[in-house]
Amino acid sequence: MILRMRGIAKSFLGVRVLHGVDLDVAPGEVHAVVGENGAGKSTLMKIIAGVHAPDEGTMEIDGVPVSFGHPVQAQRAGVAIIYQEFNLLPERSVAENVFLGREPVRRGLVDRSAMEAATARLLAELGETSFGPRAPVRRLSVAQQQVVEIVKALSQDARIIVMDEPTAALAGHEVELLYALVARLRERGIAVLYISHRLREVFDLADRVTVLKDGALVRTAGTGDVDPGELVRLMVGRDLGTYFPPRGTGPGQVRLSVRGGGNAVLDGIDLDLRAGEILGVAGLQGSGRTELAKALFGAEPFTRGTMSPLRPASVRQAVAAGIGLVTEDRKAEGLALRQSVRDNALLVARSVRRRGRDAPGRDGAPGRAGGSGRDGVTGLLEAVRLQPPEPGREVRFLSGGNQQKVVLAKWMTVAPETLIFDEPTRGVDVGAKAAIHDLMRGLANDGMAIMMISSELPELIGMSDRVVVMRDGRLAGELPPGPSEEAVMRLAAGEATP
Amino acid sequence: MRALRTLGPIVVVLAVLLALIAAANPFFLEPAGFLAFLKRAAPLVILAAGQYFVIVSGEFDLSVGSLVTVQVVVAARLIDGDEAATWPVLALLVAIGLLIGLANGVITTALRVPSFITTLGMMLVLSGAVFLWTGGAPRGALSEAFRTFGRKDLGPVPWSVLILLAAGGAAIALMRSDFGRRLVAAGDNERAASLSGVRVNRTRTLAFVLSGLAAAVAGILLGGFAGVSAQVGQGLEFQAITAVVLGGVALGGGRGSVAAAMAGAFTLEALFTLLNLYGISGALEFAVQGVIIIAAVAAGAVRLPLRRTAHV
Amino acid sequence: MSDHADSAVARRAAAPEPAVPPPGGPAPEDGQRRARDGAGNGGGRRWAGIGPTQVIYLALLGVMAAGWVLVAIDGGDFLTLETVVGIQQRSAALGIVAVGQTLAILAGSLDLSVAYVISLTSLVAAEIMAGRDGGILPALAAALAVSALIGLVNGLVITRLQVHAFIATLGTALIVKGVLDHLYDGPAGRVPESFQRLGYDRLGPVPVSALLWAGVAAAAWFLLRRTRLGYRIYAVGGDAEVARLSGVRTGRVIVATHVLCSVCAGIAGLLLASRLGAGAPTVGTDGGYDLESIAAVVLGGTALAGGRGGVGGTVGGVLLLAVLDSVFNQLEVNAFAKDVVRGVVIVAAVAVYARRTSRRRSR
Repeated sequence: MILRMRGIAKSFLGVRVLHGVDLDVAPGEVHAVVGENGAGKSTLMKIIAGVHAPDEGTMEIDGVPVSFGHPVQAQRAGVAIIYQEFNLLPERSVAENVFLGREPVRRGLVDRSAMEAATARLLAELGETSFGPRAPVRRLSVAQQQVVEIVKALSQDARIIVMDEPTAALAGHEVELLYALVARLRERGIAVLYISHRLREVFDLADRVTVLKDGALVRTAGTGDVDPGELVRLMVGRDLGTYFPPRGTGPGQVRLSVRGGGNAVLDGIDLDLRAGEILGVAGLQGSGRTELAKALFGAEPFTRGTMSPLRPASVRQAVAAGIGLVTEDRKAEGLALRQSVRDNALLVARSVRRRGRDAPGRDGAPGRAGGSGRDGVTGLLEAVRLQPPEPGREVRFLSGGNQQKVVLAKWMTVAPETLIFDEPTRGVDVGAKAAIHDLMRGLANDGMAIMMISSELPELIGMSDRVVVMRDGRLAGELPPGPSEEAVMRLAAGEATP
Repeated sequence: MRALRTLGPIVVVLAVLLALIAAANPFFLEPAGFLAFLKRAAPLVILAAGQYFVIVSGEFDLSVGSLVTVQVVVAARLIDGDEAATWPVLALLVAIGLLIGLANGVITTALRVPSFITTLGMMLVLSGAVFLWTGGAPRGALSEAFRTFGRKDLGPVPWSVLILLAAGGAAIALMRSDFGRRLVAAGDNERAASLSGVRVNRTRTLAFVLSGLAAAVAGILLGGFAGVSAQVGQGLEFQAITAVVLGGVALGGGRGSVAAAMAGAFTLEALFTLLNLYGISGALEFAVQGVIIIAAVAAGAVRLPLRRTAHV
Repeated sequence: MSDHADSAVARRAAAPEPAVPPPGGPAPEDGQRRARDGAGNGGGRRWAGIGPTQVIYLALLGVMAAGWVLVAIDGGDFLTLETVVGIQQRSAALGIVAVGQTLAILAGSLDLSVAYVISLTSLVAAEIMAGRDGGILPALAAALAVSALIGLVNGLVITRLQVHAFIATLGTALIVKGVLDHLYDGPAGRVPESFQRLGYDRLGPVPVSALLWAGVAAAAWFLLRRTRLGYRIYAVGGDAEVARLSGVRTGRVIVATHVLCSVCAGIAGLLLASRLGAGAPTVGTDGGYDLESIAAVVLGGTALAGGRGGVGGTVGGVLLLAVLDSVFNQLEVNAFAKDVVRGVVIVAAVAVYARRTSRRRSR
């Protein structure tokens, strides 16, 4: 075993988040760690990476007991961690990023050529030819930046690489590339600790899987010895059975209609969105899914084509016309993290007055949530099942799922007719995911028109009444309810044209 | 207790300073003595309130000091002792303040120049322009009516204290309004605010306009109180920013209350008063001021470690 | 730990020669260009190769040309030896301070105390020299030590006490101001003739002071491009958290930049003392070196938020301000009008950078 952890325990401010966890990882093993948010995965990984020190328990690397007081000590012991949000400097070159903090020196001066040569060699070993060591990181795609992170880990002679939700920002072919990369790491005898919410990846990639729940180890098993349903049961302690709420009774009138919509990225978009339906939008990363959402929402408006009820030229026009967008990146685009739940929930209502509707009260928000004043907000928070429904809390202290519910509450204050969800359950644990799915279906059943973008095909297929697929900024086709994942992927990758 | 929660530790510091002043000078406890303190503090408190709007939205306004100088110098030259000119000139001063704030805001938001640079440039332009116009030194004189605001009383209460109360009340009301909440949200997360329908540029520009207005009012009070000089506004921008930060408002935006910012200004003024009382006047006053500012902000930073750790 | 270092060395030794393209991959330049083409397909690619540093030098050329024309129309001669020397001399002190300020700003900090540090060191030096040649060396040492100490305090207050650099250096500035005002009413001390040569001597058309500036700038350039500290200054200014997680001791880097920034201010103080022949408590503030140095840095294309820019741009920014000054002097423009134009130029330049950056960023 390259890594052996025994009885790891950790408390924060008196709250115990890990209870005596054991973990063994072998060289060349891909070991998945799964669990709901709050199960203790991140804390465990941060202990391995030297960000936190455990309160109790022992850790050995190659049979040598270690204890880390700083991430750099863990790096020197051969542990590297790749966070969801990359730790890269956009203004610096690839090589400078790879050797940050460990720049090779010759006669006291930085040896730039050695640095670039070593980086180039590692890039080549990983089969990465699309960029070189001198490229500024700001010009790289997310997938390319991930390669830089892996190169950085390899340049540190890492023998254990922790990957925290590495596919969260990737899709389609990029995920395939990552799979190939992980395979190469395995060939080099590197142990990969792989954290993911996506069970499919766990089964595709991992040799073994460790399930954590409420800070305790539930089980470690070979991926051949468990099935996905069992894994979910182990994670949440209950059988979710059907993953998704039942579909609606059928769509109503057209709420939103686009003909020939286009801009710098999109072209020839023809789309109808009806009351009561959930329209799924599939497509690879970069196919224009998010751009479509932003165009409908007026954030990156259409410059061509027609749209009813109107073609919004700005976010405010879209909101006034009853269109809302739950953005892909909650923290960067959805919430003012240091403000209260209440201030976030009321932000849209305080910014845009919808024509033909009651102006919201000073404190409150009418509409579906009903009422105004303090009770209005509390009622709203209960309606989106925020736990606990405390309006005074700063949202940065909430879990990902609860934060997403606040974003939802924000839109419900203005009772939009159309709500667009871009990756609504990214970084959300299994329990909160189901709650969000329920809420979405509930809104549709109440007559809202919903468009949902998701990279997770099971979610997309399970939730949608209809699926359209984007490719190269165009709609590549539409699929009936409940298509196979294969059918969606074929259309998205352009192998079949209907 | 409630004040402690909304205003933060600054009220404790302020209370201690006020107690020390009272101990050295019992006159301070009498209405007249306390009102005199408020009167002296009024311009800085109003400036701090204006600066707060800008800072909480994530920006700086370094131009307020030179704007105050411009107000006083322009007033003196245009009024030149003529009582009848008072009101038109007052209106003009307010207009100048609003206009300069508007320019700062538009340049910062529409041209995306960091506000530090915008308002630094504005500072150079304003001080250059006003002395270009007057030929290098202030000229003319203020009217009696103009001086009333900074110097005279209405019954037992100084005019400036009444103006201060009105301005402070308005600032607090504004921050409780939808505008105020949008402003803080824009300072916290500009992108999220804009995708929630907040007109971020307009909101921020309004913050600069409010700061310009505050500078105009402060200039009018200071002109009456301190008289006409080329140095009247010197360093006021830094004092105002210091006051806001003393009140626990984060540079960078999104955090802190306007009441605390004004309490910070009172604290700074109380500090000046105290240093005078204890005979640390003149030169060393600055040194002590520097130490206390660093100490107070450091204490605040140490007590609120959340910002750093929550980031990991 | 040590075996890791050994293996890293071994790997480096085994790495191919830099001139040889890595196996299986294109040459680095090629990869860079391709990556750029892949991502930067927005507008303005034509200008993608021109950074702010080039812009400032183009602007400098433009201003010189315009100045030459205007002065010629006015009946004067712009590029005389006198004006060239004047430009260099005028820019030397600000240039040295601005180079130091560049380091602080690149690291994501800034220093508002430089003006008072300049005054203080001019006095310390002049008082110790007291007109004696023998006092020069002790005076230099003392002046540099005092400025380094102030920089150290700035850095420690920012990193250890976690006070925003704006407030920390403003506080230090007030403290130094208080001490200066308390101790001095006017110029004091005396600089010996020999030391005054620093301020006035020339080697051909090049003043010694300009050489000093060039030396400081070159040293800073070298520091940023070739040393670990330089790399880490960019890293800390770019993203302190990333730097920290990569094992960079961010606090030390910030302290180091503040010490260097303050020492630069100290050197400028020495230069000004040699020009004045004495120390003066207001020489720094009269020159507005605090805000002006920041303006020059930003004018040179360095991002106020840190992590992007460099010394080359700062030198251009300082020269631009000096040339403007020189043109105005020759045209005998009112001193207050100069301030107005200067303010407009600074804001306009940064507006141009902002436009270019955002165009490059938008995909």
